[in-house]
Amino acid sequence: MALLQISEPNQGDAPHQHRFSAGIDLGTTNSLVATVRSGMAETLPDAQGRHLLPSVVHYRRDGTVTVGAQAKSAAQGDPLNTLSSTKRFLGRGVNDIKRLGTQLPYHFVDGEKGMPKVRTVVGDLSPVEVSSEILKHLHQRLKESVGGEPEGVVITVPAYFDEPQRQATKDAALLAGLNVMRLLNEPTAAAIAYGLDQKSEGVIAVYDFGGGTFDISILRLNRGVFEVLATSGDSALGGDDIDRAIATWIMAQAGIDDDAGHHQMRRLMDDACRIKEELSDREESEFLIEKEDGTFWEGRLNRQQLHRIIDTIIRKTLVPCRRALNDAGIALNRVEDVVMVGGSTRMPRVRQLVGAFFQREPHVAIDPDRVVAIGAAMQADILVGNKPDSDMLLLDVIPLSLGLEMMGGLAEKIIPRNTTIPVARAQEFTTYKDGQTAMAIHVVQGERELVSDCRSLARFELRGIPAMAAGAARIRVTFQVDADGLLSVVAHEAVTGIESRIEVKPSYGLGDDEVARMIQESMAHAREDMDARNLREQNVEADRVVEALEAALAADGEQLLSPQERQAIDDAIAHLRQSQKGSDWSRVKEAISALNRSSTEFAARRMNASIQLALSGQNVDTFGE
Amino acid sequence: MAITVTENAAKRVETFLANRGKGVGLRLGVKTSGCSGMAYVIEFADEIGGEDTVFEDQGIKVIVDAKSLVYLDGTELDFAREGLNEGFKFNNPNAKDSCGCGESFNV
Repeated sequence: MALLQISEPNQGDAPHQHRFSAGIDLGTTNSLVATVRSGMAETLPDAQGRHLLPSVVHYRRDGTVTVGAQAKSAAQGDPLNTLSSTKRFLGRGVNDIKRLGTQLPYHFVDGEKGMPKVRTVVGDLSPVEVSSEILKHLHQRLKESVGGEPEGVVITVPAYFDEPQRQATKDAALLAGLNVMRLLNEPTAAAIAYGLDQKSEGVIAVYDFGGGTFDISILRLNRGVFEVLATSGDSALGGDDIDRAIATWIMAQAGIDDDAGHHQMRRLMDDACRIKEELSDREESEFLIEKEDGTFWEGRLNRQQLHRIIDTIIRKTLVPCRRALNDAGIALNRVEDVVMVGGSTRMPRVRQLVGAFFQREPHVAIDPDRVVAIGAAMQADILVGNKPDSDMLLLDVIPLSLGLEMMGGLAEKIIPRNTTIPVARAQEFTTYKDGQTAMAIHVVQGERELVSDCRSLARFELRGIPAMAAGAARIRVTFQVDADGLLSVVAHEAVTGIESRIEVKPSYGLGDDEVARMIQESMAHAREDMDARNLREQNVEADRVVEALEAALAADGEQLLSPQERQAIDDAIAHLRQSQKGSDWSRVKEAISALNRSSTEFAARRMNASIQLALSGQNVDTFGE
Repeated sequence: MAITVTENAAKRVETFLANRGKGVGLRLGVKTSGCSGMAYVIEFADEIGGEDTVFEDQGIKVIVDAKSLVYLDGTELDFAREGLNEGFKFNNPNAKDSCGCGESFNV
């Protein structure tokens, strides 16, 4: 028996066609997967009820791969084949790794094209391959949890990730068999989880204080579109530093030497972490610390004391906050929402100091470890089409229309501007001349009617169209813009199935001003553009008519027309040609009609002649049957 | 004529409705399609129509239209967990056989 989820009214899928989707938070330390079921986004636990999957992969000599907590526990025994924090190396070059890699025990080797690899017992592995193991594990958990293959996923990446890092994340997902609908910035995902995307506009600060890193992002929301204004942070500041500060305090109080052994230090750090967590719920914590000599020290710590120990660390996070606001050019009082992400923001003192800094009560209702995955799942649910249209977010729109060049230099719009993406639109085109076997496709962007006034994006050709009469071939051109704004154009010929395609990034190198200018011009020139379009259209039609007629005249003119009749047609052609020299499209149109009228008789005779030709030599009986 | 809801299902429906922030109850129904005759419909309900019958069980309003009720009378809605998967389940005494996956059924 299939297990069903509640749909929105009238949005229920046909059976066997549920559109599952998920959000994946591929983290440096931990990863999560979340999905929307019965309208609610939740992270998915494993069979033991654990939601967080440690981002650790262990490769064994026999080729088996373990991921998560099990892999993490192998780190001590087999450090070289237990890979953690690989997110730091995703999409990085060998030189970047040399800078970062000194803190890690792995043996990096140079791969092809400057791509670094890690040497393990099972061979040299790229960070993409290692990350894909984590994604495969989450993919499996997801499939088991929703009872089917997800249609697509949204994966979150840090706002500061550059193109190669984003591409590497996508590659890892592809290797894991996932269809990535979109990469989403982590702070944006957190804002979405709190429903801040439902507002029309505003400035949002996302404060992400995790175990080992701190990130602050300043986002601006405008008509449903998030823009990252600035990011800042400290890649070596996290909850671990707070634990260490508490451990140091304990050592001083309990008289434990600074040169305590590794084992003792590890235990002290665990104790410190526990005390920290306890003080999030209580005013005071009492505890026993076992010393190396086996004796116990009984201690107590209250919130006031804790604050004195950790305030300097928390205040360190406020420096990047101030820097990010400066970079964004945003005054402190313009920040409307503060979103808390990362386990360390569970501490009441962190919330208090951050709230005081931004003069705002921060959003803390959603588990800060899961909030990014939850936001990603909500986004995925919308992208996969599980929301009624009225709830559809306007996340991204095409700033300018996308289209094709038609005969006569006219721009035919396929996707009009302000269409929300992702989107796919198709239109059928045909050949202009008899026997035409190739078609040049010119992709343009802009609002104007003439191609010369639009922006050229790409050109490609479709070759191998079978020779047919003009207008007989059917070429379907599909424009598809994915959620990342990447446009792909595919031309497909129906009879042979031949196909040709190209991909372009339409927004590349186009500033807001330029977009605004292009739209404004299209308004200002609306009338001229319409006339220009009509003139071009009529000229194209005139050329087509004259060309067809001249071919017919060359073939049968002598035979079927008297000299006077021939003269009349020639005059009409000359008149049409003359009208084309002007710029009045209505005169061209009239001349085309006149030519059509004067050649009607000729066309009728040709028709009769060809029927007679077909019938000649046939016995009447043939038709009687 | 009755439709019932298990305690487990009621708790989940309550949570989902609260999370959604609107809705008068849960609409259950059937529609033709699927690989074996009829398919179940389970949706949030924003309004109650003239053709609808409303059942209240475990504090949950279950709304069923007249056409569907013929097929669903006596059904118990349950919320079940199978491995990592979880979701709603129709225990329908009218269903004679169902397709392999149980998403659609015949009476």
